[in-house]
Amino acid sequence: MGLISNGTTVFDAGSMASGFGSSMVFIKKLTASGSANLTFHNGTSNVILDSTYKEYLFTFKNIHLAENTPFSFQVNTVGASGFNETISSTSFFHRQGESGANDQLAYSSANDQAEGTAFNRLATDQGTGNDENLGGFLHLFNPASTTFVKHFISNCQAAQASAHSMNRLAGGYINTTAAIDEIQFKAESGNIDAGDICLYGIA
Amino acid sequence: MGVISNGTTLLDAGALDSGIATGSMTLLSTSTASSSATIDFTSGINSTYKEYIFKYTDIHPQTDTANFSFQTDIGTDTNYNVTCTSTFFQAIHAEGDGSEEVSYNSGNELGQADDFQIIAENANADADGCIAGFLHLYEPSNTSKVKHFNTNSEYNQAGNLCMNVRAAGYFNTTTALTRVRFKMSSGNIDAGTIKMYGIK
Repeated sequence: MGLISNGTTVFDAGSMASGFGSSMVFIKKLTASGSANLTFHNGTSNVILDSTYKEYLFTFKNIHLAENTPFSFQVNTVGASGFNETISSTSFFHRQGESGANDQLAYSSANDQAEGTAFNRLATDQGTGNDENLGGFLHLFNPASTTFVKHFISNCQAAQASAHSMNRLAGGYINTTAAIDEIQFKAESGNIDAGDICLYGIA
Repeated sequence: MGVISNGTTLLDAGALDSGIATGSMTLLSTSTASSSATIDFTSGINSTYKEYIFKYTDIHPQTDTANFSFQTDIGTDTNYNVTCTSTFFQAIHAEGDGSEEVSYNSGNELGQADDFQIIAENANADADGCIAGFLHLYEPSNTSKVKHFNTNSEYNQAGNLCMNVRAAGYFNTTTALTRVRFKMSSGNIDAGTIKMYGIK
């Protein structure tokens, strides 16, 4: 049954009509607690990561790693495992030391990939002090496409181990025309000690 | 018909009550290219929202090395030539693991010019090549201030380069902007989707 007000359909077929409500839809929050990784897989634990949305947004809040190591991600195509899809990416950063030194804008060739299958780095050298953490976001565009490569854009702000404010910008594409339905975030060594990753669909 | 719950009006006259929490990002319009010369947004840009976001996904150029770009217009004009001053910088990395750099690109900036602002240069027309990203346009209806924008585009450039580019600037007018046009510098937009959102 639908609900029509003044000739305008507001609800129908179990959902709110287009134009009502927000276009940024919360899907799932994962909270780390000494976790080896945080993984979102379409159809598992109410995760949606398919053609429902043309864009997905992951937000990182208070990510605290157990070790001084990069924070990174990889994906699987539908039915695949191993988190080793081919990625080409860029990475650059700007930073400033707490002492006022080492202010810098630079490309970071150690943290990009050229048709690589490693986890792609989003943040590096994060401090492990009790108050040190990172925040940021990752946009993943149309992972369900079976025609085009899959682009991503990220920006992470971290308190770096060497007492720097570190802002890293990574972008790239997963060089496959197969649909992607699974994404994993992890520290390259040690666990994700704490923090939240939220997944949103952009309608 | 209205809907009232426990004395609180939830919806009436075809609209949700303003006191109902609905989120702050509203999809206003979706345009899908199909060998389109341009994608135009000619309505819905007004004082309702202080910020608009245009998200472009799977933008595929018909012509290899074409530039994806945008401009704005006022009223019902269709010239798309508002004076703009902007910056442009880029991060590059070749699939073959060369050409790594982050650099300013003065060739794609505008200095009080009325050209289309490039937001992705030399796009790849291979079958799997496309552009994705977003454009934020701030308070286009303001009649006392210039109109700022910033963009971030990710794409695979012709020549198999991974490109992450950022253009930002302002339309140097105090007249309200009402229209936005996207196009390629040559050839059509073969495919892709652009969505316009209003941010409360």
